[in-house]
Amino acid sequence: MSEWRYWYAEQKGTLLALGIFVVMFVIYTANHPAGFTANVVQTASNKGVLLAFVAMAQTLVVITAGIDLSVGMIFLLTNCLASWLVVGSPFETTIGVVAVLLVGALCGAINGAIVIYGRLQPIVATIATGAIYFGIALLLRPFPGGSVNEDLADALTGRLLGVVPASLVTLIAVVLIVWVPFRRSEYGRAAYAAGSSEVAAYMSGVPIKRGKFLAYTLSGLLAAIGGLFLTFFTYTGEAAFASGNAYTLFSIAAVVLGGVSLFGGRGSAIGAIFGAFAFRTIGDLLFVFDLDPLWQPLFQGVVLLLAVSLGAFALFRVKNRLEWFG
Amino acid sequence: MSDATTTDRQEARMPKFLRRLDPAVATSFACIVALLVFGSLYSSSFLSPEYLLQQLKVASFLGVISTGMMLVILLGQIDLSVPWTVTTGAMMASAAAAMGPAGVFLAIPFGIVCGMTIGLVNGIGVAYLRIPSMIVTLATNAVAQGLMVAYTGGFSPQDSASGAMRYLATGAFIPGVPNSVIVWAIVGGATVFVLTRTTFGRSVYAIGNRERAAYLSGVNTRRIVMTAFIAAGGLAAFGGVLLAGYASKAAQSMGDAYLLPSIAAVVLGGTSILGGRGSYLGTIAGVILITLLQSILSVMQMPEAGRQIIYGVVIVVMLLLYGRSPASR
Repeated sequence: MSEWRYWYAEQKGTLLALGIFVVMFVIYTANHPAGFTANVVQTASNKGVLLAFVAMAQTLVVITAGIDLSVGMIFLLTNCLASWLVVGSPFETTIGVVAVLLVGALCGAINGAIVIYGRLQPIVATIATGAIYFGIALLLRPFPGGSVNEDLADALTGRLLGVVPASLVTLIAVVLIVWVPFRRSEYGRAAYAAGSSEVAAYMSGVPIKRGKFLAYTLSGLLAAIGGLFLTFFTYTGEAAFASGNAYTLFSIAAVVLGGVSLFGGRGSAIGAIFGAFAFRTIGDLLFVFDLDPLWQPLFQGVVLLLAVSLGAFALFRVKNRLEWFG
Repeated sequence: MSDATTTDRQEARMPKFLRRLDPAVATSFACIVALLVFGSLYSSSFLSPEYLLQQLKVASFLGVISTGMMLVILLGQIDLSVPWTVTTGAMMASAAAAMGPAGVFLAIPFGIVCGMTIGLVNGIGVAYLRIPSMIVTLATNAVAQGLMVAYTGGFSPQDSASGAMRYLATGAFIPGVPNSVIVWAIVGGATVFVLTRTTFGRSVYAIGNRERAAYLSGVNTRRIVMTAFIAAGGLAAFGGVLLAGYASKAAQSMGDAYLLPSIAAVVLGGTSILGGRGSYLGTIAGVILITLLQSILSVMQMPEAGRQIIYGVVIVVMLLLYGRSPASR
């Protein structure tokens, strides 16, 4: 019995995000003209998975009590790179995919090295590296263009057995291959410990530096997977500043909705995935209710503001006013 | 031990004003001189008074915006709502200017009040709801963007800036000295006075060092934090008003180019991103440094991509030189 209480306390944020998503998705499909069909699910999944990858990338850094404001730019950079490399024969395509993933991981590793070994604040450091990554993306694609191996793209954005969206299957595969081993490894625990209390973790001899570095590197890798998927959906590469910024912003929104604490040490990438799906569905609700698309940015902004204000309810539990100042 | 005494003696030999100078501020000014020397090698017109005044004029827009950013950073917070606060200020002022004579008269105050409203929401979120500033300002930025997109229909508005806005940004009240530079000087002078000579300024530094201690010593920390955010919003919007006057109209996403530079200017000027430490002189140095860097890169006809890369590299390198936090031991 008590075991369940602990499990519930740990997973409360994730479960809440799942609940929000299910409610939103039911409202969405119930009002969608086509209803709950494989097509609707596929489109929703394709849009949601893009944000889910970026949100997972953001989660890894947020868990260590950092923040990655360059995550949208890594996403753009890998998108532009993929539009050059992921073409040609199956062998060339494979090399291209591996290269894109490595570049993403390298970007994350650079962020990690600057933050951990250079001891700069994550906010400033990642704003600056974000400018660098955007510059490189712009060098690669001054104008939108390029192409991608369309067989692979169609396979990964289509449906398996005519029902299950392939993008969703890929997302689950990535969770199983990247997130679960990380969470269960010594370094994953170190990343959580560093986010929870860096001093205590240091005193207990936890390998905080290596744990945080791995978290930043894997974050870059996940953003690169997102960038690859963007290329598969659009068949092109484009270095659009506004789009990179929007993904950074939405990833933070998804992380907050997904119950990951921005102070670090709490939450999981699974929660962030549901947060991302919920955020996307909220944005799409406007379309099924036939509202002017012009109102979408405002609607998303208000939802975001309300979502982050929910954290203020914790204030009612504060018994000593000094706890305000964390 | 002996090392400490030799440095003490060396410092004793230096003039008083040099001893008091923050190394970060000194580095920034040294970089400005180096950039000017480098620029003059590239083109001889670099050291001409006209060029330098033109640079100061361009710097003054960033200077006004960075002043607000500095207030917030001194508290140990950050304001990521700058891009759309700038745009909101510009668009609302231009919109007011299109509403007849009363609107023309009220254009500038109206733009600033709109920015202060955004700052108020930020301040309530940070000070009273205790939401991390990075998050709440990102959210208000999104809301401000949504409001402006809904208002303009996604296009750049047709309203043009009022005469007063244009005069403030491009005119010259004292012949030879652009008005915008005078505006920056007034804003800067007021900020220096507030930061060094008033209780409010002292409290800002105290809260940046340790909010808990400031609260226990009787400072109404929540009101001070909220006021600082309101001031930051107002200053960002005022920067937008000046920019609209400079370009004679507002444009979508005109503020995007000011978020990174304003944070970079403050941090390069030696203000600690953790709060509680920093001088306005440093911010002035940071603003001029960034403006000169941008100008030299565009004179060299560097494409946008190269500019972004150099920009990011310069900020990282300079911060690695003197912006590092202490090691955990």
